[in-house]
Amino acid sequence: MKILQLFIIAFRSLNKNKLRSFLTMLGIIIGVASVIAMLAIGQGSKKSIESSISSLGVNTIIVMPGALTSGGVRLATGSANSLKNDDETAIAQRCDLLEYISPVVFKSVQAVSGNQNWSTVIFGVNDDYFKIRALTVSTGVKFSDQDEHVAAKVCVIGYTIDSNLFGSGVNPIGMSIRINSIPFRIIGMYDRKGQNAFGQDQDDAIIAPFSTIQKRMMSGSDYLNSIYCSAKSEALIDDAVDEITTVLRQRHKLAPSDDNDFTVRTLEDIANIFGTVTRVMTLLLASVAGISLIVGGIGIMNIMLVSVTERTREIGIRLAIGAKGKDILLQFMIESVLISFIGGFLGVCLGVFASYMVGKFGGWPVTVTPFSIILSFAFSAIVGIFFGWYPARKAASLNPIDALRYE
Amino acid sequence: MDKPLISVKNLTKSYQMGDTIVHALRGVSIDIYKDDFVAITGASGSGKSTFMNTLGCLDKPTSGEYYLDGVDALNMDKNQLAEFRNRKIGFIFQSFNILARTSALENVELPLLYNNKISTKERKARALEALASVGLADRANNMPNQLSGGQQQRVAIARALVNAPLVIMADEPTGNLDTRTSLEIMSIFQNLNSTGITIVMVTHEPDIARCAMMNIVFRDGRIIGSREVPNRLIAAEELKKMPVESAESTI
Ligand SMILES: Nc1ncnc2c1ncn2[C@@H]1O[C@H](COP(=O)(O)OP(=O)(O)O)[C@@H](O)[C@H]1O
Ligand SMILES: [Mg+2]
Repeated sequence: MKILQLFIIAFRSLNKNKLRSFLTMLGIIIGVASVIAMLAIGQGSKKSIESSISSLGVNTIIVMPGALTSGGVRLATGSANSLKNDDETAIAQRCDLLEYISPVVFKSVQAVSGNQNWSTVIFGVNDDYFKIRALTVSTGVKFSDQDEHVAAKVCVIGYTIDSNLFGSGVNPIGMSIRINSIPFRIIGMYDRKGQNAFGQDQDDAIIAPFSTIQKRMMSGSDYLNSIYCSAKSEALIDDAVDEITTVLRQRHKLAPSDDNDFTVRTLEDIANIFGTVTRVMTLLLASVAGISLIVGGIGIMNIMLVSVTERTREIGIRLAIGAKGKDILLQFMIESVLISFIGGFLGVCLGVFASYMVGKFGGWPVTVTPFSIILSFAFSAIVGIFFGWYPARKAASLNPIDALRYE
Repeated sequence: MDKPLISVKNLTKSYQMGDTIVHALRGVSIDIYKDDFVAITGASGSGKSTFMNTLGCLDKPTSGEYYLDGVDALNMDKNQLAEFRNRKIGFIFQSFNILARTSALENVELPLLYNNKISTKERKARALEALASVGLADRANNMPNQLSGGQQQRVAIARALVNAPLVIMADEPTGNLDTRTSLEIMSIFQNLNSTGITIVMVTHEPDIARCAMMNIVFRDGRIIGSREVPNRLIAAEELKKMPVESAESTI
């Protein structure tokens, strides 16, 4: 029998039982739509994480005190006191693959202006830090070398600080705020950065000269929380990491058998960690959705079995007048594949629409990729073939006379 | 005479029914030649349908030999049998067995659909021709539920004819029809027979059996007698003799 004819037969049969066909399709529609929506949400968060990680500055290398354990799990990094000012100086002098380098100390503080107060973090850094983090100051100015030299009590604030301490309509530049009771003068405000990969508000911070914070707020210790550097180019990142590692191992007098007592991280490492997290999450969401697609497939199988039973006499008639098993098999296979294809197509439409709605009204980043559409569509087709096969096989293997006698 | 079109030797068929074995056929042998018109009669349960289903390649016997058109019909696989049924045999059932919610024309087209060599155009033309030959040209687009029993059976005959089979096998084709309609069907059969189609038919009505050329009697799964019909009924002439009022009731 010609394929076109088989399609016509299948279409008619679906058309005869419209509600039943639709309900069967619904399983596939929901399955495919949820696979697409879940993958879209997963892809979307992956993309937004990627872009916020690269907003950290592309060639950034971060040196932190404390070691990685052998399993790669970091235990309380940053609390270990293994980085000192001299380490930063040594790296700055000896690593010529680096373009910028800044020591970093930070502390949780209370900022007070008039009767407003706000809990935030103050960073002590030098001018390079702005370049590494790609922070720009277009309101006011950054602090100068002179400020650094004399440990001046000046600071650059983020947008969140401004809006919480001063509100709209007030120009904060030149205002004085008390940070942990120490008066600071605001000399600039950096441009908004939004959230970072960790979901933190990057505009909720105060940046001050390194010497000011270390001398006035760290009770005189010369430990660093981290060192931010940037390689001269992306290609040099790995070599720069090696250079930094060599310098620090020498300075810390580590024997070849000792582990590093510090950690050098590149953006790639950080991106990888988040990549793994989002991959696992996406996989989880998509497999839950995939299971619903399989449940939809079982629905197809169920209804096809009913259909074969109902139409046993029809099958008998067809066999009696010369249909081959293959013709009957194809007839029922095409019917189930048609259910899953139409269901798959409607599911793709619904999935894309749902993703769009989630993106628009849920404020959640979504990205529908062609891959996810092809994947879910192919999956639904496979489900249709897989679950349609058994009932079709059953129909095709009927004996003509038994089928004709069936009541 | 030359080789028989249908040659059956020692055909048996038994069904296992729990502990007991039912012998539906206990050794049937017969030769049927081209252009024959054979009517099989016999009591209910004597094995007529079982025999017809075997002849129609719808069922396999337990033992025996069956040659149709010189081909060993018991040594074919399922696909060969399907093709055989499609090309050589037209089967007509007591209960019509036409597809519901499928127009008369499409029902008649069905056997041609399972024959890939035939184009859509040829299929339509041949189906219409077959419908016309049973007097239903104007009912081509009617659904079965818009047709009388006699008309439905005529659709089934057209369907059996459309692939130009060697033989038409009919199991009580008039069993569900009134006398007049039965005669109309017989008239069609006699016409077909005169154009060279062999017909094997089961019936329990003596008048219908008299329309055939040969009568075979079954009892308990065996042929107990066969004879040529002495004064054969010509269905068309019988129809003319019938009162007019009953003619109206069938149209
Ligand atoms: N599928 C079957 N299973 C068991 N017994 C059957 C089956 N078909 C027919 N028979 C038995 O075989 C015998 C012949 O039946 P059948 O050929 O239908 O007779 P007829 O058509 O002459 O009335 C009967 O006794 C019947 O009960
Ligand atoms: Mg019978």
